[in-house]
Amino acid sequence: MKVININLSYNSDFVSQVEEESGQKLNLCYQCGKCTAGCPYTAEYDISVSQIMRLTQTGQKDKVLQSKSLWLCATCESCTARCPNKIDVARIMDVLRHMARREGYTGIRTVKTFWDSFLNSVRSNGRVFEVGLLANYISHTGRFWTDIGLGPKILPKGKIHFKPVEMKGKKEVTKIFMRFKQESAK
Amino acid sequence: MNKPLNYAYYPGCSSTGTSLEYDMSSRAVCAALDINLTDVPDWSCCGSTPAHTVDHSLSSALSARNLDQVASMGLDSCVSPCPSCLANLKTAKHRMEDAGFRDKVNNLLDKPADTRVETKSVLQILVEDYGIENIRKKVVKPLTGLVVGAYYGCILNRPAELMQFDDLEHPMAMDNIMEALGATVVPFPLKVECCGASFGIPRKDVVMRLSGKLLDTAHGIGAMALVTACPLCQMNLDMRQNQINKANGSKHTMPIFYFTQLMGLALGLPEKELGIGKLCVSPRNVLDAIDANLKEKAA
Ligand code: SF4
Ligand code: SF4
Repeated sequence: MKVININLSYNSDFVSQVEEESGQKLNLCYQCGKCTAGCPYTAEYDISVSQIMRLTQTGQKDKVLQSKSLWLCATCESCTARCPNKIDVARIMDVLRHMARREGYTGIRTVKTFWDSFLNSVRSNGRVFEVGLLANYISHTGRFWTDIGLGPKILPKGKIHFKPVEMKGKKEVTKIFMRFKQESAK
Repeated sequence: MNKPLNYAYYPGCSSTGTSLEYDMSSRAVCAALDINLTDVPDWSCCGSTPAHTVDHSLSSALSARNLDQVASMGLDSCVSPCPSCLANLKTAKHRMEDAGFRDKVNNLLDKPADTRVETKSVLQILVEDYGIENIRKKVVKPLTGLVVGAYYGCILNRPAELMQFDDLEHPMAMDNIMEALGATVVPFPLKVECCGASFGIPRKDVVMRLSGKLLDTAHGIGAMALVTACPLCQMNLDMRQNQINKANGSKHTMPIFYFTQLMGLALGLPEKELGIGKLCVSPRNVLDAIDANLKEKAA
C-alpha cells in the first residue's frame, strides 16, 4: 500500500470548498466502509468511495480529483442510503466531479465525452435526440460504435428517430446553457 | 374512486424513443383507470445524469423550466414514468427551497420559475393515490401462473428524504401490484442494485457485469420474467440481453416488462396499446403460458 504523508499535502481550502458545495460535514465519516461495501462500482474504481471520503477529509485534493472513480459513480445513492452517519456521499461524489471538471481533469474520456454529447444534444434540441447524441459521441471519441449489432433488433421497433422532435421552447433551453457558460466563466 | 385523479404528465426524453412502450402502457393503464394525465406543454429535457454531473444549478435550471410549465397548467402535481426525471425534478424543487441556490438557478432562466409543484412516479400514484385494492378490482385477465420478480433499480426510492416513497432497501410497491394482478411473485434479492445505468455506451463492460448479475439471479430464483419501472434498467436488461449473454457466456431469454405493460394485460387492454411488440426479448412464450393457464382454469 502506498503511504501518503497527509501533512505535506493537506489542502484546507479544498476541504472547506467540498463541505460548502455539498452541504456535508466531512469529519462525520469514521471510515466504517459501508459505502464501499454497497457500491456497485467498487470493482471498477481506482480509489474506493470510502477511501475517497478519507482522502477528501484529509485534504488530498490532487489525489482525489484525478481519481477515475469520480467518473464511474452512477449516483445510485446506495452509499447515501446506507451511511450510518447520514452523510450524503453521492452528493459529495457529484461535487468532486464538478471540481474535477472545473480543474480540467478528464477522468475517463469516453464517459466525459458521452455526458458532453448528451448535453450538446439537449442544448441544441431542448430534448435528447438519441441518434444525434451517438453521432456526436462517435465523432469525438473516434470509437466504432460497439452497439452496431443492436441495429437490426431495435430499428424495426420504431423507437429510433432520425430527426429530432421539434419543441417550441428549445431556444429557452439553449439560453440556459449559454447563461451557465457565462456564469462559469466569471 | 371518489375524487377524480388529475395530473400533469412529464414523459421524459426516453419516452419518445427507447422506452416508447413504457409511455404507451403508462398512458393506456391510466386511461383505463380514469386517471387523467395532461401532457406538460412543450416540456424539455430534465438534464438527466449528465447535467447533475456537471453542475447542480444547471441541472436544476433544466428541471425548473418544466416545473414552471406544470405550475402554468394550474395543476399541483406532476407524474413521470422515469425515475431519473423524477429524481431531477424533485431535487430541483427541494434544493430551490434554499434562497441562495434558487437565485443562482433563476439567473439561468428566462424568468424566475414557480417550482412549488410536487412530482411523483407513475408507480407511486397507482399505489398511493389509486390503491392496490382498487387495482385488484379492475383485473379481468389475471396473470395466473406468471412467476415474476420485481426489480426497482437504484434511484426510484433513494435518497429517502427526497423520494418519500416505499422502503429504500426492500421496496414492495411493484411486488404488491403483481400479486394483485394474480401473478406469483418471487422475492428478488437484488431489488435496488444498480444495472449499470447509462454506462452502456462508454463502459459497456460494467453493464455486462452488473446487469448480468441481475439476470443470473432472476433465473436462479425461478423467475419467468422481471418487471421494471425504469427505462434505463429495462433497456440494459432487455435490449442488451444478447450482448450480456455473449459477454458472460449465459443463455438468458428472460422477458423484461415494464410493470405498466403487465398491468395493462391484466386489465384486458390489447397488447398493441401496451407496446408489447416493442420488447427486444420476446415475451411470447411467457404470455402464451398465462393464456394456457387461464383456459385450463376456465375449462
Ligand atoms: S458509510 Fe459513511 S461513515 Fe462509513 S466510510 Fe462511508 S462515508 Fe464514512
Ligand atoms: S452513488 Fe456512486 S459512490 Fe455511491 S454507491 Fe453509488 S456508484 Fe458508488
